[in-house]
Amino acid sequence: MHIPDGYLGPATYGTFYGIMGFIWFWSGKMLNRVLKTKQIPWLALGAAFSFILMMFNIPIPGGSTGHAVGATLAAIILGPWAAVMVISITLIIQALLFGDGGITAIAANSFNMAFIMPFSGYYIYKILSAGAPIGSKRQIIAAGISGYISLNLAALFCAIELGLQPIIALTPDGTPLYCPYPLSVSIPVMVFGHIAIFGFVEAAVTSLMVAYIAKLDPDLLKIHHG
Amino acid sequence: MAEKEKTNQETRAIKKLWIVIALLCFLSPLGLLASGTAWGEWSSEQLRTMLGYIPEGLERLGKIWNALLADYSIPSLHGTAGNILSYIISAVIGVGLVSFISFILGKIITSRHGKNDA
Repeated sequence: MHIPDGYLGPATYGTFYGIMGFIWFWSGKMLNRVLKTKQIPWLALGAAFSFILMMFNIPIPGGSTGHAVGATLAAIILGPWAAVMVISITLIIQALLFGDGGITAIAANSFNMAFIMPFSGYYIYKILSAGAPIGSKRQIIAAGISGYISLNLAALFCAIELGLQPIIALTPDGTPLYCPYPLSVSIPVMVFGHIAIFGFVEAAVTSLMVAYIAKLDPDLLKIHHG
Repeated sequence: MAEKEKTNQETRAIKKLWIVIALLCFLSPLGLLASGTAWGEWSSEQLRTMLGYIPEGLERLGKIWNALLADYSIPSLHGTAGNILSYIISAVIGVGLVSFISFILGKIITSRHGKNDA
């Protein structure tokens, strides 16, 4: 789901730099109000966990690969605004140092994985886990479902951004300038991989970690409990 | 007393989770077993094979950045053992960097608001 350089035209990646610029600015403002010093070690853990999780590439039939992201887990533990921050940092380091995701696409990739995913995941979790005791079956299942749906939403946005390119950016003779595959290809392919496989990996990781944290330090889950 | 107990519990949890992350760093080369490329992340050469051409803008923009440790590989390490070692070193460097930056940013943000310390 890491869009490389060259797949999005300037109109698209520029727009996303504008949108994410605003979201990053706003998350800074929000964190100034809500971030507590005792959350700092958890910020570091959330970023570290997301980075390492994304290194586990999983093959799917057809020769493609994908991975879980951990953004909803980060949002459940840290709150959605802190998740925006730590997942964005992770994506920026992946792009700059490891060439995973393009530098022109940092904002688009952050929009999908560091904004859409933690925010959608966080609110789905809040609704599904409302009133459930810490460490209860319902809370752990709620974490899994929110991980599953939020990863699929992020993948859908990624597919739309890529699939728009052959509609909006062509050479005068009609050849695609950037991503060559239209929405009719990008959406089914991206959505299939995530609905069939990667979403379940995200669900399992999110549930497992929430269950583990509920055992280790249940108080941590109270902060953002529904 | 109860407050101290709570702090201990949290410190223990943080320690245990760092051990999990360290373990995952050493297991990360399992991610290399997936030999394919994620959809929409092909190199120019792969695209040439797939399409018969490389989209003009993609070829131009694709060269905009040369990452130091592209594809989580260390340039001087080769072969299967080299790839595995590269991946583990990349995992450690990446985990170290993102957690350090998050930690520092967290410090900067909270230092402006002492009232959040409670």
